[in-house]
Amino acid sequence: MNPTLAGFAYLIAAVLFILGLKRLSSPATALRGNRTAALGMLIAIVVTLLDRQVVGYLTIVAGIVVGGGVGAFLAQKVEMTSMPQLVAAFNGFGGGASAFVAVAELIRGGDVAATRTLVSIGLSVFIGAVTLSGSLVAFGKLQGIIGGKPFVLPFQKVLDGALVVAAAAALVSVAANGSTPGAWLLFALAIVLGVTRTMPIGGADMPVVISFLNSLSGVAASAAGFVIESNALIISGALVGASGLILTNIMVKAMNRTLGNVLFSAFGGETEGGELSGDRVARRASPDDVAVTLAYAQKVVVVPGYGLAVAQAQHTIRELADQLEAKGVDVRYAIHPVAGRMPGHMNVLLAEADISYDKLYDLDDINPEFAHTDVALVVGANDVVNPLAREPNNPITGMPILDVDRARSVVVVKRSLSPGFAGIDNPLFYLDNTLMLFADAKKGLADVVTAVKEL
Amino acid sequence: MSELLIPITVFVLASFVGFEVITKVPPTLHTPLMSGSNAISGISIVGAIIAAGHGEGGAATVLGFLAVTLATVNVVGGFLVTDRMLKMFKRGDR
Repeated sequence: MNPTLAGFAYLIAAVLFILGLKRLSSPATALRGNRTAALGMLIAIVVTLLDRQVVGYLTIVAGIVVGGGVGAFLAQKVEMTSMPQLVAAFNGFGGGASAFVAVAELIRGGDVAATRTLVSIGLSVFIGAVTLSGSLVAFGKLQGIIGGKPFVLPFQKVLDGALVVAAAAALVSVAANGSTPGAWLLFALAIVLGVTRTMPIGGADMPVVISFLNSLSGVAASAAGFVIESNALIISGALVGASGLILTNIMVKAMNRTLGNVLFSAFGGETEGGELSGDRVARRASPDDVAVTLAYAQKVVVVPGYGLAVAQAQHTIRELADQLEAKGVDVRYAIHPVAGRMPGHMNVLLAEADISYDKLYDLDDINPEFAHTDVALVVGANDVVNPLAREPNNPITGMPILDVDRARSVVVVKRSLSPGFAGIDNPLFYLDNTLMLFADAKKGLADVVTAVKEL
Repeated sequence: MSELLIPITVFVLASFVGFEVITKVPPTLHTPLMSGSNAISGISIVGAIIAAGHGEGGAATVLGFLAVTLATVNVVGGFLVTDRMLKMFKRGDR
């Protein structure tokens, strides 16, 4: 194919990616947006297959058949609760592909390549390989193959420092001599660095990690674009890099942290501390009490936390909402940015349970509503509704929270009074207008549904 | 110099476009955004196809095969799973 014509086709592909992302600005157009982007990808692939450099198709077809089969299988089979792991794995594959493209380019033409190409190759290999191994560790942690606790090596900082210095040396050898062994050494060092840098990060911090790796997979694609001098790769990679950074920033803010703190502090283990209730008494409620409180309310806001997803109680909460709505209660859902295990995860879990998306409200939209809310129903959430965030000098000071304590009454469905990830007590549980239903989310809600039906 | 400056210009401008477009995506769609943009980063399949199809054989072709496979998992899996998720987002009457 004529290179100018091909260049135009790649430009169209890039435009379709941007239009596709634009259509993600509303749930009504999002499905079309995704298909627009997929069309862009199809155009890019077809144009590349017609490229005059491509003479043999057997290897390509083999790769597409294997990769397409695996991808389609995973996409159909994955449970919505496992979405974070799947995205982590896909991030890693994208990064790995970029790294391999760069090494292949080096082998084919490294001896005649310009310095800027060689530097791009080095960066592409490094970023791609870190993304690959870091994502696989994140996958392992989310899937429960590797423990969620932060795993800190002895001399962690010295080791990481040594790896970075060695990788920089390997990068210089690639840039100066186009050395293929240098590139493999760089690849290996980056793989190790991806592992040693991700292992110390706790399971609770994985939403930040996969967002960040998402960004890196984009940057790796961009770097590969510099290698093969393709604007399509540079543009698409930059879009994904920007997207991942925005999501990382949102997650970090919602967790009251900084990116550096998440990546380097070995925090965020899935610890369950002891009960810190002191001498205060929480008001224990029965499913019947909760049913009465909810059924005679005008406005109920449900605050789902990850405990709800773990208990697979999305469908049960919808059943409860259906019952309440049949009685004329206005039911809404308040979604904290870190309610799930990745950005927007809880929204997908609730959408899967057929809950209309216009009933899902984010933090800024719902907080002013709590003052006019009769009952805030908190299920499996803790730190994100802890009013201590508004007080000074504690681990969650300044963290954005859902102001459920401003509702007329609060019902908390939770197994015990144990603290959340932040390891601190939650005064919400001891308020005069808070009822505690001590139960597993699914069992507790099912009992409430039964009780509401009997009213 | 322009040989380096042009791709850098493209990268910087595309990053700004990315920031502008992505900040308008509502939180409720952040998971599909991530899986969908993830599929877009599978664009490295373009480089992978060239590496796998140049017909010189040897290590570069093997790497090309690996890259095509990984990138295709990324592209096909990413777009399909995003499609599956977005079909679940419904409004109003069920």
